[in-house]
Amino acid sequence: MISTSPQFVENASRAMADAGLQKALGTAKGAFLQRRAAAVANLPEFESLRDTARDIKNHTLANLDFYLEKFAENVERAGGKVHWCSTPDEARAAVLEICRKANAKTVTKGKSIISEELGINHHLEEHGITPVETDLGEYIIQLRGEIPSHIIAPAFHLNREDWEADFRRAHTDLDPDRVFHERRDILSEARTRLREKFLAADVGITGANFLIAETGSSVIVTNEGNGDLTQTLPRVHIALASIEKVVPTLEDATSLLRVLARSATGQDFSVYTTFSTGIRRKGDLDGPEEYHVVLIDGGRSNMIGTEFQEMLRCIRCAACMNHCPVYGATGGHAYGWVYPGPMGSVLTPSLIGVKEAGHLPNASTFCGRCESVCPVKIPLPKLMRHWREREFERHLQPGAIRSGLNIWAWFAKRPGMYRLASRLGIGAMGLLGRKKGAFKSLPFAGGWTQGRDLPVPQGRTFMDEYARRQRAGASR
Amino acid sequence: MSKEAILGAIRRGLKRGELPADQRAMLEARLASHPRHLLPARSRLPRAEQVALFIRNVEKEFGSVTRLPNMAAIPQAVADYLAAQNLPARFAMAPHPELKRIKWADHPMLEIETRQGHPTDLVSLQHGYAGVAETGTLMLPSDPHRPTTLNLLPDTEMVVLRASRIVGAYEEAWDLLRAEHKDKLTGSFMPRNIMWVTGPSRSADIEQTLELGAHGPRALHILLVDDDPSAKA
Repeated sequence: MISTSPQFVENASRAMADAGLQKALGTAKGAFLQRRAAAVANLPEFESLRDTARDIKNHTLANLDFYLEKFAENVERAGGKVHWCSTPDEARAAVLEICRKANAKTVTKGKSIISEELGINHHLEEHGITPVETDLGEYIIQLRGEIPSHIIAPAFHLNREDWEADFRRAHTDLDPDRVFHERRDILSEARTRLREKFLAADVGITGANFLIAETGSSVIVTNEGNGDLTQTLPRVHIALASIEKVVPTLEDATSLLRVLARSATGQDFSVYTTFSTGIRRKGDLDGPEEYHVVLIDGGRSNMIGTEFQEMLRCIRCAACMNHCPVYGATGGHAYGWVYPGPMGSVLTPSLIGVKEAGHLPNASTFCGRCESVCPVKIPLPKLMRHWREREFERHLQPGAIRSGLNIWAWFAKRPGMYRLASRLGIGAMGLLGRKKGAFKSLPFAGGWTQGRDLPVPQGRTFMDEYARRQRAGASR
Repeated sequence: MSKEAILGAIRRGLKRGELPADQRAMLEARLASHPRHLLPARSRLPRAEQVALFIRNVEKEFGSVTRLPNMAAIPQAVADYLAAQNLPARFAMAPHPELKRIKWADHPMLEIETRQGHPTDLVSLQHGYAGVAETGTLMLPSDPHRPTTLNLLPDTEMVVLRASRIVGAYEEAWDLLRAEHKDKLTGSFMPRNIMWVTGPSRSADIEQTLELGAHGPRALHILLVDDDPSAKA
């Protein structure tokens, strides 16, 4: 997928001025947070389970080669096939070849963010195969020709009016004057429409929340049931998964599942958690006759052994973006690629390069909420800081930022000069602004004062005040 | 070969070659013993309370439960439920021996087809393998007697579950499967498909507001048979 991450600043400004988007963000704000908080409060062991989840993932990553080979062995024992793909190109080719061999005309799809990363839909369409997204959120995204703006709620940026307008536009065989009394009517129309597609599909493509080495299973977690219809009804099932999805055993997956839904939607458990293992067995009345796992590296193996290895623990719950003030202000599209929010700010530069995505790690207030809610305890702010350092080292920032930082660094290394300069600065600004109370604009800081006023400094510098209090304390 | 390229890159990152034999043996032993991690205290209860917790959690997730004294009570309970829901007395039933043994003939008004799910089915009757009290979750493995489509295509799914098959935590349900199930294809215990089902299907994709009845069943009803004297209310 092509990114617009280099235009993050412009994207974000446009997002903040988009009334529809701001309305949608306002509606959604708080819903995920409150539900997660309630689910966590209801499970006293949640904090310990976060440690367990982190340790399981760390153990797996330290032995990733072993567990991937074990997984592949067990998939093949159950009549399935694993396609190892280093690059998105290889993965697209593997998927297309499976579809062609199956003479596929339509392909149904369960929600898969890796599929967005690979651009599977576009590739299939180019080769005359029709992909149909079946997750409700993904379905409307496909109708609109957009990309998801959130990894678990693809249509996070839309309002109910958008749904109604798009359904009227797309489902032209229905009465154009029909009324959608409730959200349920929208859901119902999608259910009917997609039922036909499920039945017609030759191949079903899903993602995978986990792969299980012990059994060779792929696991999906959904609420709608569309992923299950996708992997049960067609003759061929393809599961797309990146290499870090593997865990050793069912017990390991179970412990991770305990923190996944609670962190994501705030449910204790999602409605459907499904383990698929190989092909239809003799005597079975349903299930696919072919089972393929397309296993994708796509730059992840390069993260192993670096400071970014910790990012590979991510289980894609989206708690970090749900709790991020930057995501809450701009929505997901501003980030310009598949993964938005704090996890995207760390992962995107790893996968498509810091040159392309160097702005994203800067889109953080470093408030630390993302790290505090992460179910596998990824130190997201620390990892964003690593990217900022790399961006600086590689001279990827504009000259004004670099020279500004250099000037600041010169003073920071000379505490006496720093204190003198800040004393002079504060004194001057205090005098200049004494009558106004706040500055509406400042030289060299137009970008900053555009959105807010700077209060006029009151009194003395922190260090002067601190020294004064120390003296007062000593003489008491 | 991409397989070698990927494994090679992982090993370079980990700053080692293939795992030495002793470390492989340790990992094989971990797989063989599949250790449990922390189990939440909420399901560590006496049997009767475990069953009560299961029911509470099913209802919290918008499912419904009828408790029955024995398997013989099922046909009447099914007829009553369908009538109360304004549904026709017709359903697709899993070809499970326990369900087939029920004396359906005494209730001729029930029209039953024993088969997998069809797209036009309004109601199905599935055989539940186990229930997990921790979250009110049903464990529904696929096999010739339990078609997966019965869990997906009908508008309403009914599931027969024995109270003796309710466990506290998911790990205990895995233990049952590991002990009881043998897959003919792999020789292992894992069937082709296992669905863990917690309530009827739903979506919150429209304005993050929960609506029931997405692509799977709009209603989930559990017929809970009290076959466990220690689990009775």
